[in-house]
Amino acid sequence: MAEYKLELKGICKSFPGVKALDNVQLSLRPGTVHALMGENGAGKSTLMKCLFGIYKMDAGEIYLDGQKIEVNNPDEAMKHGIAMVHQELQPVPARSVGENLYLGRFPTKNFGPIKIIDHKTMYAETEKWLKEVKMDFDPKAQLGTLSIGQMQSVEIAKAVSQQAKVVIFDEPTSSLSDNEVEALFRIMNDLRDKGVAMVYISHKMDEIKRIADDITVMRDGTYVGTWPAAELTTDQIIAKMVGRELTNVYPPRGNKPGEVIMEVKNLCSIHENSFQNVSFTLRKGEILGFGGLVGAQRTELMEGIFGIRGVASGEVYMHGKKVKIKRPIDAMNAGIGLITEDRRGNGIFGCLSIKDNVGVSVYNKYLKAGFVLDHKNINRVVDENIKKLSIKTPSMKEHIANLSGGNQQKVIVSRWLANDPDVLIMDEPTRGIDVGAKHEIYEIMNDLAKQGKAIIMISSEMSELLGMADRVCVMCNGKLTGEIDQPEEMTQAKVMSYATRF
Amino acid sequence: MGKTNQQKVKDFLINNGVIIVMFILVIYTGITSDNFFTGNNLMNILMNMSSRLVIALGIAGCVITAGCDLSAGRMIGLGACISGMLLQRMDYSGKFFPDMEPLNVFVVAVIVMVICAAFGSVTGFFIAYLNVPPFIATLAMMEIVYGIGLIVTGATPLGGYVKEYTNVANGKFLGINYLIWIAIIVAAITWFIFNMTRHGKYMYAIGGNPQAAEVAGVPVKKTLILIYMKAAAMYGLAGFMLGAKAGGASIQTGYGYEMEAIAACTIGGVSVTGGRGKVSSAIIGVAVFELLKVALQYLGVDANAQYIAIGIVIFVAISLDIRKYIAKK
Repeated sequence: MAEYKLELKGICKSFPGVKALDNVQLSLRPGTVHALMGENGAGKSTLMKCLFGIYKMDAGEIYLDGQKIEVNNPDEAMKHGIAMVHQELQPVPARSVGENLYLGRFPTKNFGPIKIIDHKTMYAETEKWLKEVKMDFDPKAQLGTLSIGQMQSVEIAKAVSQQAKVVIFDEPTSSLSDNEVEALFRIMNDLRDKGVAMVYISHKMDEIKRIADDITVMRDGTYVGTWPAAELTTDQIIAKMVGRELTNVYPPRGNKPGEVIMEVKNLCSIHENSFQNVSFTLRKGEILGFGGLVGAQRTELMEGIFGIRGVASGEVYMHGKKVKIKRPIDAMNAGIGLITEDRRGNGIFGCLSIKDNVGVSVYNKYLKAGFVLDHKNINRVVDENIKKLSIKTPSMKEHIANLSGGNQQKVIVSRWLANDPDVLIMDEPTRGIDVGAKHEIYEIMNDLAKQGKAIIMISSEMSELLGMADRVCVMCNGKLTGEIDQPEEMTQAKVMSYATRF
Repeated sequence: MGKTNQQKVKDFLINNGVIIVMFILVIYTGITSDNFFTGNNLMNILMNMSSRLVIALGIAGCVITAGCDLSAGRMIGLGACISGMLLQRMDYSGKFFPDMEPLNVFVVAVIVMVICAAFGSVTGFFIAYLNVPPFIATLAMMEIVYGIGLIVTGATPLGGYVKEYTNVANGKFLGINYLIWIAIIVAAITWFIFNMTRHGKYMYAIGGNPQAAEVAGVPVKKTLILIYMKAAAMYGLAGFMLGAKAGGASIQTGYGYEMEAIAACTIGGVSVTGGRGKVSSAIIGVAVFELLKVALQYLGVDANAQYIAIGIVIFVAISLDIRKYIAKK
């Protein structure tokens, strides 16, 4: 018997423009829970997706029980006894628990000359496996009617039913209630006793301390080290996760924040587990950073302010006056702009030209006789912006889909510059764009601040957050857990400690 | 960039395949048949195209927002019947309103458009505010409008129109029938709306990416209602035109035209996935359809077999349209 159940060696994976994993390793002992830790974007999920065959790795080897194996797709991974429990992996919510458990490998019986599905066996077996993970709901229940925790136990039952030797848990507790977390830990302890090796990805320090045997830390797509969990304190883990120098890619700051321009008071989402009771102020000429881990509800908060998501209670004041924002157009009329995180999803109009992409928010400003579009002036504005932001394109008639990510982002920025808001919210403004374009976006942000605009920047990139923001608010689990306004206090460790204050 | 001439030619051929094949078919028909390329025949084709174009331009707006409109055909029938009822001769024995003087033709056209627009706004309301998928919402409206039409007309056909009404089809200005002028004016107005107004730009934005449109402050719901309302008004007008041309109408008038109009838009280049399409697309699509029908007639193809040909054209055209979209990814 090999010392390790599973070993990953020298894993490398590149995406266009980014090296996501660089020579990463991971060794799982049988019958242990191995915590995989790192900041957002450190490469944890990418590594697990390589292991599970969702991504194809560029280089590296996987050993199971000392034998080298190939994993080209999730199906092969499962055949090797590797299973993944992920909250976003809800296979078919509209079908029953049993059908989900046996999806792709339904038990069959002969019905004359043809094979039909043996429902009786399927549901009986399902019931058995659910008992195995100490769950006792109806195997015929529709999966979609279960709670997220129950759905996860279905996934775990599936893993158990396949005699999984390795189970990956990718942030399984991020939307579970305390009771559900307890239930999950009970199941994990059972699996541990059975000799299953588990990978556990989570940001919640207290959980790590409770459940993990070993800890591997990753940073910027590289392997930092592996330690027995008992040997590290929470502070040591954080230090290992963030321990890197800030690189000097940020333009010098010199913003002089002026009067308060926007005030948010006790804003609560209509969803219980989203943002709750968030209050903050924003000053003229200031870049306010919003830090936190993925799932901290920062995007939800900003989209709530902008009228995309439902707000149950709380107020937003602009220039000291209360504003009612029900839809984005209300926010825009109040002088707020939003550059969303998901550029493809709700930013660009892929099949439209650059001109139409910029123009869409400003048509009200450029009308002749009250209803005819003033194409001449629209062209002028678009052209000015293309020049000012040095958007690389042959003409403004080019489809935005043909531009690079960075140039697409600059087009969206142009849309808002043309609209001239007092407050511009930028959600992950440099996600997925190359270093050069990043720097240009930073310059634009600083210029805007100098002109007296106020900017809110959500960033999950620690160095960007600390490098650009004049002040940082940190969120965790829907609540504002900290505000850092003294430059000397703006450190990664400080942000991380607020960000993990569950 | 990177593309060789050979590739460019290939792309051009594939992207315009249906139109090129049509062109060849028309030339071939013209050469082999005696009276295909005559002024009379051309005028005939244009007359047939005119009402079809008005329908297609209405439906184009819906398709550009990644929707569709199945109620178009029945709206046309309703429009044709209402026009007929209000424009029958006093001495016609089966007059619908025996004691009512026929109204002015222009007034009737406006009345018909307003009534249909009201129905269209209801469809639009369900699509925009209650998130009913356009396919289902317009299907529901199709049934409702058909039922109302049957009840109102008692399922009997209408005829005996005043001369002023039939004159809308037969009368000419500058040697061109009024019917064709109406289509030209509608096309011009639609072009103006699509290209020169906020509404048009919003329509493309919603079709391109509805979530992004919302975030960019586009009044998505209002725009959608307006699109279905405007489209319905155009179906009403098309019904009015068809009645004038046929000199009579029944609630079955225009049945199935919605499918042909959707297909025509797609052939011309209105993308069913939304965000793409011009007025010229609808014109080209309608022309392809009419020419196909007439050419097959001239070539002596069995009238029933023509449906098969039309079906094949739709298959090929839509496959090519989707291919363009996927290639862009």
